[in-house]
Amino acid sequence: MLSVLRNSTERQHYWKQNRLSIMPWLFLAPGLFMFMLYVIMPIFQSIIVSFYQWDGLGEKTFIGLANYAELWEDDNFYTSLKNNFIWLVLYMLAVPAGLFIALFLNQTVWGIRLYKSLFFFPFVISQVVVGLVFSWFYDPSNGILALIYSLWDGKPPAILADERYVTYGIIAAGLWPQIAYCMILYLTGLNNVAPDQIEAGRLDGARSWRMLWYIILPQLRPATFIAVVVTVIGALRSFDLISIMTQGGPYGSSKVLAYYMYETSLSEYGYRMGYGATIATILFLIMMVYISFFLWRMYQQEKGGR
Amino acid sequence: MLTTLRKATLATLTAAMLAGTAWAGDLVINYDGSDPAPKKAFEQVIADFEKANPDIKVKWNLFDHEGYKTSIRNFLTAEAPDVASWYAGNRMAPFVNAGLFEDVSDVWADNGLNDSLASAAGAMTIDGKKWGVPYTYYQWGIYYRKDIFEKLDIAVPKTWSDFLAAAAKLKENDVTPITIGTKYLWTAAGVFDYLNLRTNGYNVHNDLTAGKIKYTDSRIQTVFDRWDELVKPGYFIENHAAMSWQEALAPMVQGKAAMYVMGNFAVAPLREAGLTDDQLGFFQFPIINPDIAVAEEAPTDTFHIPANAKNKEDARKFLAFLAEKDTQSMVNETLGQLPIHKDATVSDDKFIKAGFEMLSNASNLAQFYDRDAPAEMAKAGMEGFQEYMVKPERRAKILERLDKVQEKVYK
Repeated sequence: MLSVLRNSTERQHYWKQNRLSIMPWLFLAPGLFMFMLYVIMPIFQSIIVSFYQWDGLGEKTFIGLANYAELWEDDNFYTSLKNNFIWLVLYMLAVPAGLFIALFLNQTVWGIRLYKSLFFFPFVISQVVVGLVFSWFYDPSNGILALIYSLWDGKPPAILADERYVTYGIIAAGLWPQIAYCMILYLTGLNNVAPDQIEAGRLDGARSWRMLWYIILPQLRPATFIAVVVTVIGALRSFDLISIMTQGGPYGSSKVLAYYMYETSLSEYGYRMGYGATIATILFLIMMVYISFFLWRMYQQEKGGR
Repeated sequence: MLTTLRKATLATLTAAMLAGTAWAGDLVINYDGSDPAPKKAFEQVIADFEKANPDIKVKWNLFDHEGYKTSIRNFLTAEAPDVASWYAGNRMAPFVNAGLFEDVSDVWADNGLNDSLASAAGAMTIDGKKWGVPYTYYQWGIYYRKDIFEKLDIAVPKTWSDFLAAAAKLKENDVTPITIGTKYLWTAAGVFDYLNLRTNGYNVHNDLTAGKIKYTDSRIQTVFDRWDELVKPGYFIENHAAMSWQEALAPMVQGKAAMYVMGNFAVAPLREAGLTDDQLGFFQFPIINPDIAVAEEAPTDTFHIPANAKNKEDARKFLAFLAEKDTQSMVNETLGQLPIHKDATVSDDKFIKAGFEMLSNASNLAQFYDRDAPAEMAKAGMEGFQEYMVKPERRAKILERLDKVQEKVYK
């Protein structure tokens, strides 16, 4: 009886001493568990699968680095890589475009809420719908683009059937909702811009561009940071639009890594799980470079902030 | 408010659970014919089957045609139905090799199918066993605007030179000779297959899809020489890479294009779009080399029993029912396609009759490029065909690339 009592007080003692360090872990536990189960484990599983030849149904055969060797000589891989790069660069346009629309909408006139929601609209509708709308828009026989060209008897380019334009055509479709997303980030950021600083800037004679560059933008840094992050991620995982608008075509010229991975492993003519996992691993490494940079910067900023 | 919500959730949950666990007498069928005609045909089959077997209750899940091709892998391994639709030839090989389809040679033997379905027996056999029951097939060929041909005084082409002359005349009169939509790639394979069958015959088609002939082989080069004669003068419709096969029907309906190399399933949407039988005609793909036996494309659609099925006994009954003469007559009447059963009645429709006659005289029946070749080869090949049709000057490079893929796939 006495020993039990002592034991429980010891336990209480231990709990009291370490409460502050244990509690966070207890709260984190469910999230960590999920994260391990659904994010970390699949990453390692994919890396393991990438060393095998596997059709997803039968036996796996270990083939070492053969998948990577094949990828090294795969023209489709380089097409996808090039397209991913184009996506990454052009998708960045969403950040300044979103900023300017946000600045334009950040005023108080009658009905501004309606305009704001109209501008935000493309982000709310599904990417699939965006893709469909744009592919109709580009349709060389009946689309709006064809209608515009017919005004001066021009022949419309078949944007989605021409290897030269197809990637840009899809990116344009992707930018539409992405700009809206960046805009909303900046709009909320603009709410937090300190009016006294603007006032002070105005007294010191800062106008238009100088005001924007030296007073407003520095205060929007957190918003800019998030906008860049979501845009980069959006560009790297661009998959749905490609799947809807072209299925990677014509003859594979609009593929990106994410779509190529899906195609080799899961689509109608795919079922090469090992090769798909290899592409996934490479895509993961590319993202890893970016994410490490992102974490490093966040760490630096946190340090500076304290 | 909360209770109603909870009730609703509970109801959906129970419904989901009920759908998941079928009763013993239930027969679960997964089917990919979501278009109006196949759906109607299948509803009728089930009604008849339930009438003939009152103790069996059929539950069927209708899938979108394209989506089915990816979901079948999941449900065959996870929650297998008792019967599933699929395709004959090499397309069923992955499932057979993975042990996901049941050997149904007994159904064939017990019901005399080796005799009545003899024409499709080869396409259903792997390793000397039968893996499913075919219920329909359809012809491929050239569908054309009869009225435009008559107006321009063009006779139905029988030979390659006639065909080229007809195309040239159409082009002169500002009608696009051939419409096609290659966005989903397989339509281009139809043209390739026919050029190959007519230039080199069935054996070369088979050897090519079996990986025994290189794509840079001189015989395949000849096929592309013929194809050049269509692509280089611009006889195919512009921007075909942006269109699906359905979208490519529009120019034909509008009278802007005159011919379409297609399967018989194109007839139904063309009629729906307003073309009458006086405007729409069908002819056999023209003869290129008269010394080659005339083979045709005739893809076969099938039903199978998954190896993980729960109710295999009733599933066998269903397959046997599906192989019966009357069932096949009825289904294909509605589908607008051809029955496999040798005594089944063929619909009175002029396209089906023309197809039946053509296929009865064919030396061999090919399934289709993407059903005869392994998936990875088919994908690369069809992408190559599409690229060639847009950029014919890249022919040599494309064929070399396909050789590279071939080496990899068939090793």
